[in-house]
Amino acid sequence: MTTSTALSRRPSYRFSWVGMIGLSIILFWALVALLAPHIVPYPVGEIIDEDYFGPMSGKLLLGSDYLGRDMLSRIIMGARYTVGISLAAVCLACFSGAALGMAAAVIGGWFDTVLSRLLDALNSIPSKLSGLVIAAAVGSSLGVLVVMLAVIYTPGAYRFARSLAVNVNTMDYITVARTRGEGISYIVFSEILPNIIGPLLADFGIRFVFIVLLLSGLSFLGLGVQPPYADWGALVHENIGGLPFGAPAVIVPSLAIASLTISVNLLIDNLPKKIRDRSA
Amino acid sequence: MRTYVLGLIANRLGSSALTLLIVSFAVFFATAMLPGDTATILLGQAATPEAVAGLRAAMHLDEPAFLRFARWLVGLLHGDLGTSYVNNVPVADLIGTRFVNTMRLAGITTFFAVPLSLALGITAAMFRGSVYDRVVTVLTIGIISVPEFMIATSAVLLFSVYLKWLPALSFASDATSFAQVLKIYAMPVITLTFVVSAQMIRMTRAAVIDTINTPYVEAAILKGASRWRAVLLHALPNAVGPIANAIALSLSYLVGGVIIVETIFNYPGIAKLMVDGVSTRDLPLIQSCAIIFCVGYLTLITFADIVAILANPRVR
Repeated sequence: MTTSTALSRRPSYRFSWVGMIGLSIILFWALVALLAPHIVPYPVGEIIDEDYFGPMSGKLLLGSDYLGRDMLSRIIMGARYTVGISLAAVCLACFSGAALGMAAAVIGGWFDTVLSRLLDALNSIPSKLSGLVIAAAVGSSLGVLVVMLAVIYTPGAYRFARSLAVNVNTMDYITVARTRGEGISYIVFSEILPNIIGPLLADFGIRFVFIVLLLSGLSFLGLGVQPPYADWGALVHENIGGLPFGAPAVIVPSLAIASLTISVNLLIDNLPKKIRDRSA
Repeated sequence: MRTYVLGLIANRLGSSALTLLIVSFAVFFATAMLPGDTATILLGQAATPEAVAGLRAAMHLDEPAFLRFARWLVGLLHGDLGTSYVNNVPVADLIGTRFVNTMRLAGITTFFAVPLSLALGITAAMFRGSVYDRVVTVLTIGIISVPEFMIATSAVLLFSVYLKWLPALSFASDATSFAQVLKIYAMPVITLTFVVSAQMIRMTRAAVIDTINTPYVEAAILKGASRWRAVLLHALPNAVGPIANAIALSLSYLVGGVIIVETIFNYPGIAKLMVDGVSTRDLPLIQSCAIIFCVGYLTLITFADIVAILANPRVR
């Protein structure tokens, strides 16, 4: 590759400043989640303030919660659960969804019809409803939450990957690979996947937002992350009593969720076209 | 041609019925097949094995899963929703009035959300790229990316904590005058309208932009039609199908929204009933509520698809 083509390519990989803001907020929360135990100002469970729902002050930067614990520390630790659970779930959902979707497109026939029919039906259950039903049946330990969120969002990932893979599947090089006698796993991972990886990554980000919102919603209902752990949704749930006083303990966790989800959306909307539409 | 359209509609209805069957199967198996023996849970740890065996027989728990699923489904079709585990009342009695309450909340929201979203969505599409369009787009993306409970808590903070216009919580039971009813419904309806409208505005805008980009609208503008005439008379009639789809899909966000809104405002509807049922693991109640919500959701989607079929001049 010559330098001139490298130069002419560079602008299309450049991020807009809105995308950069999104990316830096995401990196900020990722760092907070990683370093959480080392940067909390006070131990998470410890009651610091005699006053509950205390205001923001020099000692407690984000005020205190319904028991007089430091809100800043609880939000920093909450980042671990919100980001960690959602990330694990979205990886599972997108991997299984994409693998099944590509396999369905390549294999076709009965396998494709039955699988599509089944997953489309599951996709038509509103996500919060499936969350409630599964939480009722198996409870909501951290492991169950990850699997539950992954199962709920696999059908969507499947549908997206399949629709992309069906287009690639008609290309000549796939026919060549088939004629050569390549197996299904080779065609899926070496011929189809590299051609649709860009849009799949964008879908990964959008699905991550959905999962963060569903997890927060379930925790807000008291059916997600259970005490003594608390993600951001659970923090709103336990401090909802402070709402009539306008306590920061109710508002700040919501703002944390919003900052994360809006940043991911901003980043994806401003991804360089090269990454988003590589299949084109 | 008419038989062709009828065939399409029949096909669509059939596939909805099949979807509903798969969904009810999934709901039944998620709640009935998973670990934990129902009879033991109901009778508690101290139950004698004979008592557990007796209850299992009485509840048909020993029968094969498929038979129980069939029995449950036939019961549903006859309007028998089963008996609540927690207080031994028929689930139908628990749901009755609350179902009406939820439908009323959904109805009032639809009444406000649909005209508002259509107006904003269509005008945003007409003035695409203008400051007005950008403001609408940014606001809708903002609302879509935050959890529903954040919109609800923000509404409470704004209207009842700072402005003190409305009560923080609503109780539909002690409403006597029209003004009181208005105050009680204001906050839940405002929240739900925000949640639903954001989706509807985005999808309406996209649908209208798709039709504005077509050659016949360009031709209308070239022959001298005003922007309003081109959009309202030439583009809109062709966008009816996609817009109906947008409305139905966004209204389905009511399901998720209503679960949060009824809980936070303590509104006596079926979503609140279901959330309480999950806390007490009242499985028959959860199954019935889940099926009701799924039926509602599928009805909306199917209805939108049928409108789209009927509105499409190419198949008519």
